Amino acid sequence: MALLRSWLRKAAAAAVAGVAALALVQTAPVRADDAKEPIRIGSFLAVTGPASFLGDPELKTLQLYIARINKEGGVLGRPLKLIHYDAQHLAKKAVTFTRRLLEQDKVDLIIGGSTTGTTMAVIKLVERAQTPFISLAGASVIIDPVKKWVFKTPHTDRLAVRKIYTDMKKRGLTKIGLLSGPGGFDKSCAGNARKLAGKYGITIVADEMHGKGDTDMTPQLTRIKNTPGVQAFLYCGFGAPTSIVARNYKQLGMTIPHYQSHGSASMKFIKGAQGGAEGVRLPVAALLVADQLPDDNPQKKVALAYKQAYESAYDDAVSTFGGHAYDALMIAVDAIRRAGTTDKAKVRDAIERTKNYIGADGIYNMSPTDHLGLDEKSFVMVEVRDGTWKLLK
Amino acid sequence: MSGVLSEFLQFLFSGLTVGAIYGLIGLGFAVIYNASHVINFAQGEFVMIGGMATVFLMAAGLPMPLAVVLAIAGAALVGWLLARIGIETARGAGVVGLIIITIGASILLRGLAQVVWDRNFHPLPPISGDAPIHVFGATLLPQSLWIGAALIAIMAALRFFFDHTRTGKAMQAAAIDPLAAQLMGIDIRRLVRLSFVLSAALGALAGVLVAPITMTYANVGVMLGLKGFAAAIVGGLGNPLGAIAGGLVVGIAEAMTAGYLSSAWKDVVAFVIILFVLLFLPNGLFGRAEVHRA
Repeated sequence: MALLRSWLRKAAAAAVAGVAALALVQTAPVRADDAKEPIRIGSFLAVTGPASFLGDPELKTLQLYIARINKEGGVLGRPLKLIHYDAQHLAKKAVTFTRRLLEQDKVDLIIGGSTTGTTMAVIKLVERAQTPFISLAGASVIIDPVKKWVFKTPHTDRLAVRKIYTDMKKRGLTKIGLLSGPGGFDKSCAGNARKLAGKYGITIVADEMHGKGDTDMTPQLTRIKNTPGVQAFLYCGFGAPTSIVARNYKQLGMTIPHYQSHGSASMKFIKGAQGGAEGVRLPVAALLVADQLPDDNPQKKVALAYKQAYESAYDDAVSTFGGHAYDALMIAVDAIRRAGTTDKAKVRDAIERTKNYIGADGIYNMSPTDHLGLDEKSFVMVEVRDGTWKLLK
Repeated sequence: MSGVLSEFLQFLFSGLTVGAIYGLIGLGFAVIYNASHVINFAQGEFVMIGGMATVFLMAAGLPMPLAVVLAIAGAALVGWLLARIGIETARGAGVVGLIIITIGASILLRGLAQVVWDRNFHPLPPISGDAPIHVFGATLLPQSLWIGAALIAIMAALRFFFDHTRTGKAMQAAAIDPLAAQLMGIDIRRLVRLSFVLSAALGALAGVLVAPITMTYANVGVMLGLKGFAAAIVGGLGNPLGAIAGGLVVGIAEAMTAGYLSSAWKDVVAFVIILFVLLFLPNGLFGRAEVHRA
């Protein structure tokens, strides 16, 4: 018995020593010039909740391509490490997580903010921390006026409205009914619709709104339908309401041309509408109709490659939202390579100098006054036919 | 003139459809409150389970009727588990503590739904198609009629249950005075469990009926649960039939406000109604005043 006890004592001592040694190794300070030190990319996205059809493909895209890049040797010889949090569409959560990313996780760069609301909430934080931030949200207010540390890859709602109005003008539609929801993107899109209407000779004869989590928009659509002289209908919103609006539109037997914004650029919109999306026109990034693009379109190759990679990795149809995350990541990686360092100021300058960058969702030409770098050409007008997107010539 | 009538009817149909949905959910709150004085803030999640489980069972190949039955049964099981594990084991926590437990259950169920199923939104096919029915120039979806029919059927079934079955009468007795009921030999624990199972099944049925209109997703229960709770308060907490009336009141008020006033005021209306009811009719439209001996 005594022998067993003494053996046990020795084993315990060895275990304690082993654990102590491990602890010391773990807490040993990592030197800044350690070649294997990963490049930390922080991210807060709307992975769950009502905006999940933005954040879910965005996260999947980031994870897929960061793993790929690491397999091919990383960037500047260092692996990429993704530190991500689910802020949903909530500005408060976005602020909390961004603080954590900047102060505790000490990220080199942030790609995130699936929604306009969450993006706008963290701008002061990233400016104070002087950390480059590439937003994945839609509203033009994010980069207009230009903010030194803030960039974005998705087309703005301003561009979308211009594209929609151009199409309306071509078809001779001048009096429109507008419906928008409560979200930051909705408000920005509707605001741009009101501001730009005059320039295209368009008058908004009905201006309706719906609430958060609303399940039936027939009252608002009835008002629009019964407005005398209304010739077309535009809905500014994203998520489940886009499908509900399309279904309500069909239920009411409305026949005026039906437009939605690029917030509806996802198969989930079509599926959720259960047939109500037929004939809807919207501006989308070329990615969605990559295979219908003419072969001489420089975006076709990049868009198809992304589409194939994403769809074979996940059982999910590609969406422009994932495309924005892909472009953001690739622009960030390209900028880090060009800068030759992860020094935040130098990377920021490199991002700002992005020229002719062919992404899945557009060709980017950034400048000190343009932190988006896209124009209407990277948008294409499509119509939903037979449950899928048809590129309009 | 017919334009005015058809417009009014359109708003009314919208209000009745949405109101019936709120009422069905409020029913679940009322039944549980009746048996245990607990407000089950996971009620919205039963609605979500009904819809999501049906979607995924159908995607796995099951025919819709079977998927619906299994989904409702699954939700009933979750309700039973919530009663057995969440409520009974924390009996000494007091009503407020139990309510907080249901809030925790709500968060847990939402998270589980996203992991087990997914984070997207899904439609369900309507029972008899979506060709709109024309009534005096307004349109009504067949699904709305099904929801209305289900509501009436459930109301009749509940009336029968509460007034003509032993268990139903026992539940009413427990609602009036739990101590006296226990002294009469009524097993309160069994009744509480039954109330959760019943509310869960009702909630899941509501979820299956409304998913073709509202679509279902992991967090659909949050807003629907809140509105259902509002319906239950307006109708008088503890009065199941009052909850249905409360739901219709809130739904119609919302639709009329959006239609005639301005859609911007729509959300305000529901809460103004609740405030009004709580201030001037604290027992709701149909609630029984509680009489306490001094």
